[in-house]
Amino acid sequence: MIIPIEYYLILSAFMFIVGVMGVLIRRNAIIVFMSVELMLNSANLTLVAFSSYMGNSIGQLFVFFVMTVAAAEAAVGLAIIIAMFRNKMTMNIDEINILKW
Amino acid sequence: MTIELILFIIFSSISAVSSILMITRSNPVISALFLIVNFASLAGIYLLLNAQFIAVAQVIVYAGAIMVLFLFVIMLLKPEREKLFTLHPRVKTFALIIAMLVFIQLVYMVFLSHPSSSVNPVVAESVKAGTIEQIGRELYTNYVLPFEAAGFLLLAATIGALILAKKKFD
Repeated sequence: MIIPIEYYLILSAFMFIVGVMGVLIRRNAIIVFMSVELMLNSANLTLVAFSSYMGNSIGQLFVFFVMTVAAAEAAVGLAIIIAMFRNKMTMNIDEINILKW
Repeated sequence: MTIELILFIIFSSISAVSSILMITRSNPVISALFLIVNFASLAGIYLLLNAQFIAVAQVIVYAGAIMVLFLFVIMLLKPEREKLFTLHPRVKTFALIIAMLVFIQLVYMVFLSHPSSSVNPVVAESVKAGTIEQIGRELYTNYVLPFEAAGFLLLAATIGALILAKKKFD
């Protein structure tokens, strides 16, 4: 444990920002989804780093719950993408705008 | 340079580079493969942090189950030309500036709050906190209600995914 915890936090911040960039600049719905997974993982890294450096296992328990929610989110989101693709034959999130008016 | 720092530098550079490659590749399959590399190197970082259970769960749940689901969906759908997905270059520059501002702000906050002065890492406690025994004990005693709720959420997500993907919207 000789590495300062700041290193882990900066790595986590960097991965989060890359995820945000992926959501902002990519128009492919599946890649936007993968960027969201990347952001969830960077939050997990922060939780595990603090949990390990403070000797408390509650943070890792939260990571377990985040993984559960991420699995559920991936299943439902990919089902939505498949349904949208059947309907409009596209994966471009700029063309999927039926909730917009 | 100890072995811990060398391993941290290797794993963190792999995860940073693979995340950047993930959002810049035009082929979604290659993006998904780089995301798997990123998850695997994160599992290595979790092992450096003495979180064995989370490292194994990361490989099995993320790099295994979720990414196989993503690859299945990419293979099922018709590949589209990335040319259709082009974005206005000004939007891209704007997104880059916003992201850099937020990153600088986060790094500033990390150094301002100086978290390493408030944590005092003890290796023995950290190893004990990461074992599956400790996590399982917490999960089945103090956190049994959130655990049941997570199970219910997975059931609801399964049913929802089946219904959404089953038939057409009319």
